Order: sequence, then C-alpha cells, then structure tokens
Amino acid sequence: MRLSVDHTTRYSYASPVRSLVQSHRLTPSVCEGQRVLSWEISVTGGIRGADFTDGAGDRIQGWSIAGPLSEIGVTVKGEVETTDTAGVLRGHREAIRPEVWLRETAMTAADAGLGALAARASGEGSLALAHALAEAVAGAIAYRPGATHAHTTAAEALALGEGVCQDHAHALIACARLRGLPARYVSGYLFAAADGQPHEAAHAWAEIFVAGLGWVGFDPANACCPDARYIRLGSGFDARDAAPIRGVARGASGAESLDVAVAVLSAGQ
Amino acid sequence: MLSRTADNLFWIARYMERADTAARLLDMGCRISLIPSAQGYRSEWDSVLQATGTGDLFRRKYGEPVQRNLESWLFFDRDNPSSVASCLTAARENGRIVRTALTAQVWDALNTAFQELRQLERAGPSRDPSELTDWAARQSAMVRGAIDATLLRDDGYNFLNIGYHLERADSTARLMDVKYYVLLPRLDFVGSGLDNYQWSALLRAMGAGRAFHWAYGGEVTAARIADFLILNRQNPRSLITCVAGIAGHLDLLARAYGRESAAQARAHDMRAALEAGTVARIFDEGLHEYLSRFIGEAAALGTLIHEIYLSGEMRGCG
Amino acid sequence: MDAAFDEMNGSGGGTRIPYARLEDWLAHMPRELRSLKQAEAEALFRRIGITFAVYGEGGDPDRLIPFDMFPRVFSGAEWARLDRGVRQRARALNAFLVDVYGRGEIIRAGRIPADIVCRNAAYEKAAVGFVPPRGVYSHIVGIDLVRTGPDEFFVLEDNCRTPSGVSYMLENREIMMRMFPALFRENRIQPVDSYAGLLRRTLASVAPLKCEGEPRIVILTPGPFNSAYYEHSFLADLMGLELVEGQDLFVDGEYVWERTTEGPKRVDVIYRRIDDAFLDPLCFRPDSTLGVPGLMDVYRSGGVSLCSAPGAGVADDKAVYTYVPEMIRFYLGEEPVLNNVPTWKCADASDLKYVLDNLADLVVKEVHGSGGYGMLVGPKASRAEVEAFRARLCADPANYIAQPTLALSTVPTFVDEGVAPRHVDLRPYCLVGERIELVPGALTRVALREGSLVVNSSQGGGVKDTWVLAE
Repeated sequence: MRLSVDHTTRYSYASPVRSLVQSHRLTPSVCEGQRVLSWEISVTGGIRGADFTDGAGDRIQGWSIAGPLSEIGVTVKGEVETTDTAGVLRGHREAIRPEVWLRETAMTAADAGLGALAARASGEGSLALAHALAEAVAGAIAYRPGATHAHTTAAEALALGEGVCQDHAHALIACARLRGLPARYVSGYLFAAADGQPHEAAHAWAEIFVAGLGWVGFDPANACCPDARYIRLGSGFDARDAAPIRGVARGASGAESLDVAVAVLSAGQ
Repeated sequence: MLSRTADNLFWIARYMERADTAARLLDMGCRISLIPSAQGYRSEWDSVLQATGTGDLFRRKYGEPVQRNLESWLFFDRDNPSSVASCLTAARENGRIVRTALTAQVWDALNTAFQELRQLERAGPSRDPSELTDWAARQSAMVRGAIDATLLRDDGYNFLNIGYHLERADSTARLMDVKYYVLLPRLDFVGSGLDNYQWSALLRAMGAGRAFHWAYGGEVTAARIADFLILNRQNPRSLITCVAGIAGHLDLLARAYGRESAAQARAHDMRAALEAGTVARIFDEGLHEYLSRFIGEAAALGTLIHEIYLSGEMRGCG
Repeated sequence: MDAAFDEMNGSGGGTRIPYARLEDWLAHMPRELRSLKQAEAEALFRRIGITFAVYGEGGDPDRLIPFDMFPRVFSGAEWARLDRGVRQRARALNAFLVDVYGRGEIIRAGRIPADIVCRNAAYEKAAVGFVPPRGVYSHIVGIDLVRTGPDEFFVLEDNCRTPSGVSYMLENREIMMRMFPALFRENRIQPVDSYAGLLRRTLASVAPLKCEGEPRIVILTPGPFNSAYYEHSFLADLMGLELVEGQDLFVDGEYVWERTTEGPKRVDVIYRRIDDAFLDPLCFRPDSTLGVPGLMDVYRSGGVSLCSAPGAGVADDKAVYTYVPEMIRFYLGEEPVLNNVPTWKCADASDLKYVLDNLADLVVKEVHGSGGYGMLVGPKASRAEVEAFRARLCADPANYIAQPTLALSTVPTFVDEGVAPRHVDLRPYCLVGERIELVPGALTRVALREGSLVVNSSQGGGVKDTWVLAE
C-alpha cells in the first residue's frame, strides 16, 4: 500500500516565548513492511540539531527555534510504501534488551482491575496469550474520544471502561507486563479507510515481545494487528516516553494552545 | 564570563553601596535630630525614609517615625530591603553564588561583614547608632579595598565597578532630590543657621563635609553644593564622577570583547551632557526636574546593561 | 560485638608504626592548646566557608561538619594495596557499564541476572546504544571502605554518579598543614593537592570527537541551595572552570552553549552534579527546571560529554553491588583485591529467612537508600526498633539487603574527656579518563558518638585528615 502523510502541529502562545527546543521522533522506523519514498519534516524558523538513531532504533531529531515567537508549526509530509507483516516487527535494529520493557511507569502501573483482567486471559504460549490479552483489553475499554485525557492512566481508563487508542495501549502494556511479557507503547500513523470504523490518523498501539518471534504489534483500539495501513514511528514505556514531539519553551508566561491536523491517505488508489 | 556571574557581581556592588547609603542616612538622621528645628526632627526622618524609598513600608510596620524604630529600620530590619542588614546579607549571598569569581580576600570581607552582622543582631539594638554606622562604613571599605587590591582586572572587575557607580549615581541623585528645596536659591533663608545646618547634613550624608571645604574653600552656598554633588569631578560621589566611571568601565569591556555596545554609547552621551552642564542651567531647568530626569536616564542605562551583558539573551555573536 | 581493631594501638599491643610519631605530638598537646587549635580550625573552616547541609533536610546551610584534628594514617604499603584494589574496581565498574549499555555480554554469559540490570530504576534506556568518549561512564568513582583488622578491608559500597566529599579531603589537609606544620616536617606525608589538576585533565580527556581545540569544561550545579554547593564552587575555583546552573546553558543546533557577557560560547564537557532525572526535561522528568532542555539529544549525538554519563548509577546500586567481584573476574580476569562485605539479598527466600532469624545481629539497608537513612543497625537497636523494622522488611523484602555488623576499625579521636577510639570509614576518589588516577589520600569519616557505627555527616559524623606516608 502506498500511504501519504500530511501532519501539521501548530503551537500558539498567548504571550511570545523567548526560544523553543524540541526533540522529534517523527521518522518512520527502518523495518520490513515500510519503505520511505519521501519524507520531509520542517519547523518554521527552526534550526536542525542532533540527528541520530537511538538504542530503541528510533530516529531522533533535535530542533531549536530562536524567539521571540508567538507561533510555530511542525509539518511532516511524506509517502511510505507499506506491506502487511501480520504485526511482526522484522528487520528493525535495536539494542535494548527485551527485559527492560518489563518496567512499570506511572501511566502503566498495575492495579487490582488490571490484575484481574490480565489473569482472565489465557492462551497456549506467549503469542496466543498476547492475542488473548489484546482481545480482553479491546473488550474492557470501549472506544470513546473525550472520555479520557493525555494523563489518564491505564488503571483509570479501565475503571472508566472507555478511552482512546492511548488508553488501550497503556492497558495492554500493563496486562502484558503482569503476565511477564515485555511490552511497549508505539506511536505512528494509521490510514483511516472509509469503512465507517472510528480511527485516529495519529495513532498508537502496543508491541509485545514474544520469545522466538520478536516484537509483535497489537492494536486493541481496532481489534487487530498492525498491517499495511500502519506506519510505525517510535516506541517508549508509555505515551509520554514515546511522544513523537517533545518540547520546552523558554520564557513562556501565557497560555499555550495546540492545533493538530493529520491526514493519512492512500496515494496509490 | 557567565552572564549570571556578571549579574551577581553587579549586584554585590549595588548592595554594598546601598548598605553604605543606608548607614550614611542613619548617621545624617541622628545628627539632625540632635538640633532643634522649626518643623521638628520628624520631617528630617521623613526625608530620610523618602530617600531610601521605603517610607510606605515603614509606616505599614511602625506608623509614625520614632527615632528608635528608624534606627532599627535602617540598620537591622529585614523587612526593609534597603537596610544595612538586608543589603549585606544579599551582597554576601550573591558572593556565595559566585565564589569562584572572587578572590579569597573579597569573599573574606563579604563573609566577615555578614558574620559580624549576625553577632550584632544577637547582641540586640542596644548600641549607639554611631557605632553601627562606623562599623558599616568600615565593612564597605573593607570589601571595596579587597576588590581594588586583589581582584583581577578582568570583565568581572568592570561589572562590579559599573554596579558601584550606577548605585552611587542613583543614591546621590535621590538624596539631593529629597533635599533639593534647601538648595534652591531663596533669599529669605540665606545665611540662616538652619540652612547651613541642612547643607552640612546633606554633605555629611555624602561623607563629603571636609572634602567640600578642601575643594571650594570660602563660603558655603547652595550653588556650590549643587556643583560639588553634580558636576565636580574630584568628588567621588558626584553624578559626573559616577557616570564617567560607568562609561570608562564599559569602554574597558568593549575593548576586551572587541565590540562596542549601545550601553557604552548611552553612558558617553550622559557624560558629555554633564561635562557641558553648569549649575545655572540646572537651576534654570529646575533642580527637581533635572534630578528626576537623571534618575530616569540612569535606570534606563541599567536596563540596557542588563539586556546586553547580564541577561544572557544575546544571540548570534559567539 | 568483638573489640574493634584500633589503627593506632592495634588490637592491644604497642603503637603501630604509621602512628609512631603522633605519640609525641599527642603528649605535647595539653588540653588548653587543643581547645585553642580546635577553635582555630573551626574559625578557618568558617572563614573559607566550607559548610555542609544535611541531605534532603534543608536545615542550616551554614552548619559546619565537625573536623577532628587527630589524623588517620596509612603506611605506604597499606595504601599500595588499597590503591590496587580501588583502581581495579573502578576499571571493572566502567567495563560493566560499557557492557550493559552495549552488547550485555555479562548477562548473556549468565553471570548476572538480566532483571537486576534491566529492571533497575537506575538503568537508563536512553543511554543504551551510545558509547561515551573513551568508553568511560563513571569518571569519578568513590569507593566506601571499612577496615576490621590490620589487613582486612571491605568495600561497603561504590559511588559511580557524583560522589561528594572530596573538598573535605583537600580542605582538611590544608587546615592541618596550616595548624601543625611541624607534623608535616616530621612525617613524610604524600601530598593530595594534585587532585584538581588530575580531575581537570580527566574531564578534558573525555571531550567529544566534535570538539576542536581546547575543550570548554563547566561544572553544572543545582544551585546554592544544594547541600554540596560549597564543594561545587570549590572545585570550580580550583580547576578554573565556570560553575553553571541549568539556566546558564541552552541547546542551539547540534551543541550546548553557555550564556556569557560576550554572547554564547560552546560547551564541550559538563561535569554535572545533578541527578539523571533532572538533566533534561525532554528526556527525563518533564517538570525539571534544573536541567537543560535538549541536552540528552546533543549528548547522544556526540555534541557534548556528560560526567558522569547518564545511567552510570546502575553500577553502584546495592543490588548490583553483590556482583562486583564477579565483574572483576569477568572483565579483568583478575581476583578482587578488595572484598565485598558478605551480603544477604532479602529478595532471595533463603537469604530472607536467615536475615529474619538473625535480625538483631545484622545491618539491614534499603537497596536504593543512601545517607544512612532507613537502615537498621541490629546490635544497636532496641527490641522494639528491631520488631518495627521486621514488619517493614516483611512487607517489601526485595527492597532490603543485610550485612553482618562489622567491627569497624577505630582511630583515636579528640573528645571532651581527652582522646578516645571512634569508628571510621574511608572514601578514596578514583579518576577515570584517558588514564586512571588516584591521589594518595581519601576522606575519612568518623562516628563521633561513642560506640556509633554511623559515620554519615547527616547523623553525627565528622571528618579527619587522611595521611599516606611515603615509603
């Protein structure tokens, strides 16, 4: 599948900031199933900084923007040729041992509810168990935008029974770790087909480490494994750790507002 | 030099000079209160409070000025940001942060002042005010002396001196502004004992009673005092000496950094205006108006120096 | 507990040789002179401004750490062994760090469990896959040692992040030389004042590849309210380096810059005295205002060096500590010169049983604790304290390790009644860069309370000058 991405994030400041520093993880992972045809990131007035691939295999790009400025825009434009790998991450170079991904964070901390959910799932072997956990999470948290916010934890979302892709991913990570499976948060893009299903173009899902097979993606929000409609950007312990854009403004005194527009289209059809 | 370090050095100097000013004002207030005056000594204490800009704070805490309260207000009170104790503490704290930019002697002088201050505070306000003002004058001389005798003549030295001169220019101008009316040429008071006393108190507050006589000899007149405090280049506290000092140290910075600055140009403009000035023209403008304008210009120069050197926001010239 | 080994008087015999010349000195020190000298020392410390604030307690930042004038002395031969052992340990700890942030051979070889490393909070995921210049993570390794006999030394813990206290090593010597010059003429005491120069050279030697010419080095401090601020400014002064706070640095393009009165200047090496968590809000704690946004990106792309390297803390974790002898064998192919204190890991069921059965005889510590807080000294605790601790231990066994109560050696110390033995420990500071350097000296901490084994300055500990005699 040939997917085109047009992703713009606009930050506006009520009173001008002195300068801004950002760290981006906005480049498609180098792995089987996705081949970059073109990819361009631009930041209004930005100076490119550090550029490297980290131990998790993510391409990191630093930016600095000198002020004073009231508004900046981050634009990502590109085309990626994708194929379905049935969710299995192959050909991805990374140096972090799977055991590291057993660590809990505040957003993915287990509680009794998550414990019970994780305990109910059963399957022959890790792969089957991972599928069962993903199904369990998909069943326990209904997709409903606006029910949760950026800082909602996995436990809170489960108690609420509603959430968005971030909450699904957090809950699945928490459950997988409870069952001794390394798991992580993945951020990326999803081609929203006109099939009536609710999708988020800037998307997130989870990857679970299955011994012998490696990392396998699971998207409980859409009750499937990532396929050719997905573009993988980077990973982390949780949404904050895997955030595609992180930034700090110097001398920010007023309110900051954020406006995001993402369009993922099928370019070949 | 790190911008923050330069900023700290600049403020060490300003606080030390401010402590010195507070002590002088205390001395002047005590002296004036010893003689009978038409308005009573209260009005003199009022003008002292006015000169430090802390009159409102004082009244909120103590109500009407009473000598005992004024003494502790000007010397010990931490609620008064301009008291000797507040300034010495702030100077020492700034020094502690930039220990590495000071010599052992300068730090020692700052720290000793602070440690002795704590002893004075523990001993309570039982002392004779003149003992306190003498002590404060000695401390500021020790710090100033240690700076002059031991510090490298690098950019830090220039920032310290800019701080000293800027604070001193401001305090001279404010002190004159508070008492400007006694300097106005009004015939009815000429030669009256009161005026003479007011004049000598003003000179005393500048630590310049004797110096004035050496410089001018003969009779004390309002015009001569104004000349001495504003235009006389021999007087270490005159406005022209202070502004020339700022301009000179900005020149040294410009030479060291190989770059001229807008602050330097501004300081030279101010100096040129003072050099061309005469007392007659100042009185024509109105002494109060003249001083208000000067205080505003000095503050603007301080802001410019902050923006260029001390804030660290300057980009694109590395 | 058995009678402790006294470093001056041995276990009962005559004065041990390194201390021989101190007998005379002591004999000629009447009480009045001693009080006079003690007051003089205190005035000197106060004058130079060396003060200490208790960790995490705020408190009076101008409190003096008590200085005991009675020196602690090592013979050249005694030191030679410590020197070998400390260098060996510093090498092994750095080799371990390079390995666990790289291929993880020691884990693959099954010599240390993956979980102890990978699930450790001090193991930084962001540090994986980047090798710092010269493969050095911990540039200043502080090794805490205790002694129980003439030849018995044990490593109590390692400090691989930013061990503090070296300013006391240097200042204690300065003060002693000023007060007792005759002692230094009579004893051939090896100097320690090369430390600052060596530290500077060590830092310069790990400048990033992108650095051209003489590297610009700064010390990054959390600020004047930090308990070790004095030390930060002391070291900056000795080395002629700028002492900066996070707000003085900023990231622009591929580099870190310092805000100066002449405009921005590029920084090559940062000796940071702030914790990993606060280094960069873009990578670690987003609420940190002490750090520099974007710093980790510049670091990981080779634009600036950080000393110690982020993630170095995993090597000095108390759970990892028990594997250090194994590291020495694995990476260096040598037997450890200095032994660990035997340690029971309460996470292990059989170890836990032993610990619970012998609680009153053991020292139990939190795995991630420091500063002598949250620990039980069995033989010194009341029955109620032991029982209260037992409950905490049972609630979270994995959080604790236990060690036997060692009869820490004593050194004569000035007390109100005269001179009496007090327990001590030892912290040498090993520098690791292009070369490994160790000055012949260390910080000796002394528990000033009679019988106390807790030497932490936050809990009634003091310091002594530490001598190494020339052979």
